[in-house]
Amino acid sequence: MVHQALFIFFGIICVAGAINLLLQRHPINSALSLVVVMGALALIYLLLGAEFVAAIQVIVYAGAIMVLFVFVIMLLNAGAEERSKGSHVALVLGGPGVAIVAGLLTWVMVHSNPQLGSVAIGPSDFGETHAIARLLFRDFLLPFEVTSVLILIAIMGAVVLGRKEN
Amino acid sequence: MVPLSWYLILSAILFSIGAFAFLLKRNIITIFMAIELMLNGVNLSFVAFASHWHKLSGHVFVFFVMVVAAAEAAVGLAIIIAVFRSRETLNVDRVNLLKL
Repeated sequence: MVHQALFIFFGIICVAGAINLLLQRHPINSALSLVVVMGALALIYLLLGAEFVAAIQVIVYAGAIMVLFVFVIMLLNAGAEERSKGSHVALVLGGPGVAIVAGLLTWVMVHSNPQLGSVAIGPSDFGETHAIARLLFRDFLLPFEVTSVLILIAIMGAVVLGRKEN
Repeated sequence: MVPLSWYLILSAILFSIGAFAFLLKRNIITIFMAIELMLNGVNLSFVAFASHWHKLSGHVFVFFVMVVAAAEAAVGLAIIIAVFRSRETLNVDRVNLLKL
């Protein structure tokens, strides 16, 4: 019961933050509401027993990536979004399209609810960091090393793209 | 005990709001944030399924998604800075040289 109440509470915070991201005109307000969404998601991960994922959600997503966003907003002195006078195809077709997709997904999940079952609060030996580390450095060693190459290439790409052209 | 479908519905709602923001927003930085929101929605369903089936592979996948998102944010924001330098705008409607 407590688990359900906590899930509903954090889920509402999540959706409210996401809707606020959509409605705000100024990018910095959108960025801060995205931080709220990520914090609430980290707490939902804790409810699922995923301690390591919750920690890196806060450190990497809400910390590093959002700081990068806020830094770029500050660097480019981004003002409020200007309304475009172009076509409203995105609003007219996108809104109903997205609503249909969300409605269909929700309908499918509600109808497959009996087969899916429910999730208990994770037992204490599940989602621990050393179990993930064992998996990451044994079974997923090659993908892990490939991601380090990816990060290296991304750093070089960011440096090359951000350089002033002479 | 929370039904697994609740987590999946929350994930679908977050993904849909992200997709709608991606279509609706005109500021290039906000569009990028909408992509991050969609990635977060997908991560939630990964973790929910991992807890449901007691398989840790889902957590490792979330880790990889975060690594790719970090790389994407670094390169994407560098591209945004490069676009701003050449076009002096953040409005995607004004970045239209490829349009016929």
